[in-house]
Amino acid sequence: MSSANSAHSVVEPSLTSKRVAGAIVILYALITLIPLVWIFLTSIKSPPDSISYPPKIVFTPTLEGYCNLLTTRTRQTPEYIASLPAPTGTCDEVTRKRNMVIAGPSNFLPRFVNSLVIAFGSTFLAVLLGTLAAYGFSRFRVPLADDLLFFILSTRMMPPIAVAIPIYLMYRELGLSDTAIGMILLYTAVNVSLAVWLLKGFIDEIPREYEEAAMIDGYTRLQAFRKVVLPQATTGIAATAIFCLIFAWNEYAFAALLTSGEAQTAPPFIPTIIGEGGQDWPAVAAGTTIFLVPILVFTILLRKQLLRGITFGAVRK
Amino acid sequence: MADVILKGLNKRFGDTQAVSGLNLAIRDGEFIVLLGPTGAGKTTTLRLIAGLERPDSGRIEIAGRNVAGEAPAERDVAFVFQQYSLYPHMTVYENLAFPLKAPARQLANDEIDRRVREIARMVRIDHKLENRATRLSGGEMQRVAIGRALVRRPAIYLMDEPLSSLDAKLRGELRLELKRIQKELGSTLLYVTHDQMEAMTMADRIGILAEGKLMQVGTPREIYGNPSSLHVAARLGQPHINLLPADLLPGGNPPAGTKTVGARTEHLDIVAGEDANARVDWIEHLGDQNHLHIRVRDHKLVTLADPYLAVRPGDRIKLTLRDPLYFDAGGQRLG
Repeated sequence: MSSANSAHSVVEPSLTSKRVAGAIVILYALITLIPLVWIFLTSIKSPPDSISYPPKIVFTPTLEGYCNLLTTRTRQTPEYIASLPAPTGTCDEVTRKRNMVIAGPSNFLPRFVNSLVIAFGSTFLAVLLGTLAAYGFSRFRVPLADDLLFFILSTRMMPPIAVAIPIYLMYRELGLSDTAIGMILLYTAVNVSLAVWLLKGFIDEIPREYEEAAMIDGYTRLQAFRKVVLPQATTGIAATAIFCLIFAWNEYAFAALLTSGEAQTAPPFIPTIIGEGGQDWPAVAAGTTIFLVPILVFTILLRKQLLRGITFGAVRK
Repeated sequence: MADVILKGLNKRFGDTQAVSGLNLAIRDGEFIVLLGPTGAGKTTTLRLIAGLERPDSGRIEIAGRNVAGEAPAERDVAFVFQQYSLYPHMTVYENLAFPLKAPARQLANDEIDRRVREIARMVRIDHKLENRATRLSGGEMQRVAIGRALVRRPAIYLMDEPLSSLDAKLRGELRLELKRIQKELGSTLLYVTHDQMEAMTMADRIGILAEGKLMQVGTPREIYGNPSSLHVAARLGQPHINLLPADLLPGGNPPAGTKTVGARTEHLDIVAGEDANARVDWIEHLGDQNHLHIRVRDHKLVTLADPYLAVRPGDRIKLTLRDPLYFDAGGQRLG
């Protein structure tokens, strides 16, 4: 490309346009961040503060929400509480102030672990199957390849919830209801189409000469795939993994429908947290805050790949 | 190193016959260059030998065994590609060691290290072993690519225009180096190019390829001086051979059936002045020599001339043939 052709894109934007763009970005960031900040603030409010009107901006922070999220409590008489030995931790202390004692851990942690297992498990499977399928479509003459690819894409064209009832019935018949494996299979099925399409684009960009060279150099196709194609596809695989993970992590409808106990994930669990005399908003907010952390960490770690994944196809190497 | 024999090789892609009835015997230690324009089937021939394509029919023998059913890894060949020659996610060292580290080969690490360093010295890249492959200049990349092939001792080296993406000076240097290394190792090498200079300078024998067919095989001297057809004659020589009607110029002795006379610089005598039958149109000064553009009736010729030859554009000259090449109506060589 000559410098004259690309001149318009390398000219430094004017100061005014930079400022306007900056202002818009900041405004947008504020608008999207306010709910998140609000949730975090609620998670460190006491239950009365959390429902006071007008809402309190200045308040004494407390870990009560987190304690309520992670424990179950029983009400006791003040005399009984006074007879107990000194509290052993923050949660003990906070709970006793409300005339209660900790009875045991809540279900939040197992639900959170379910979310981790199901989201990462289905992401792993979707990316694994997607990579292999994408490689096949990219490198081999697959009969009816275009039709198959369209079929794979078409599975994304209906809202997943449209098949909720058939899936509910099938899962009941197959004994997959309320199992982690059932949820992993379901999320994999939804994500694999996205994975195939995204990854095919990435693998198409890797010249096949590399594998051919490796195969002549004494490697089998599978070894060449592992040693030469995979290392060059890491960007695409990371971007695809984030998209799959975000979907599986946030999914609510199927999780609410198909899981209720053993395999319940965090999204349907969090709204069911009930405190004394109504919804325990600080605990709900605490659950939401903790729930946001893994995706935040994962996204920050892989933000470069994510950006490339979003602009994928628009940028030539 | 070993003999490689191709017998009646055919390969078709859709409507295109890429390789058609190709026969070629490459002797142990021989440097053969396949010369032809884009689409002549040069690369396909290499890919067939390497096992990257399957022939529709025909036989490929490497060291006496038929390799038709063998995977590329089993054929014991090394390949240098025109482009994308290095693994971009590896260092120079890792690139050179990659063929030796193949699970099938099972070499000890110190043996791998010794051979990588030896080859790195040979292709003069030993000072950049730890560089990433993408942080090299074009010439260095191709040297590593050639090194990655040389690090093994395969039955045959296959090279697909390895120098074509380099600038002229570098191409000249690497051409010499490659020939030196090939002689040093006594390697069998099949090299594909569309550059006649590479073919003339490096080859023990040249094969001229056109439309999937091997037109002629011979030493550079034979191919240049004794071409079997018009097509082969037209592939070699700079400037391009002049193709003229049989009766245009005096001095020839065309056999019966001659349709075309092929005249290179060495087939043309130029005398200024007397009995002129031609006119100098213009002269291109190349420094050490001149290109003379000559008009004879309504035919144009280009020939090299000594810079001291005293002619100027517009001058009348006498042009005579001296043992030119004669071709019949079908383009076959006569006499």
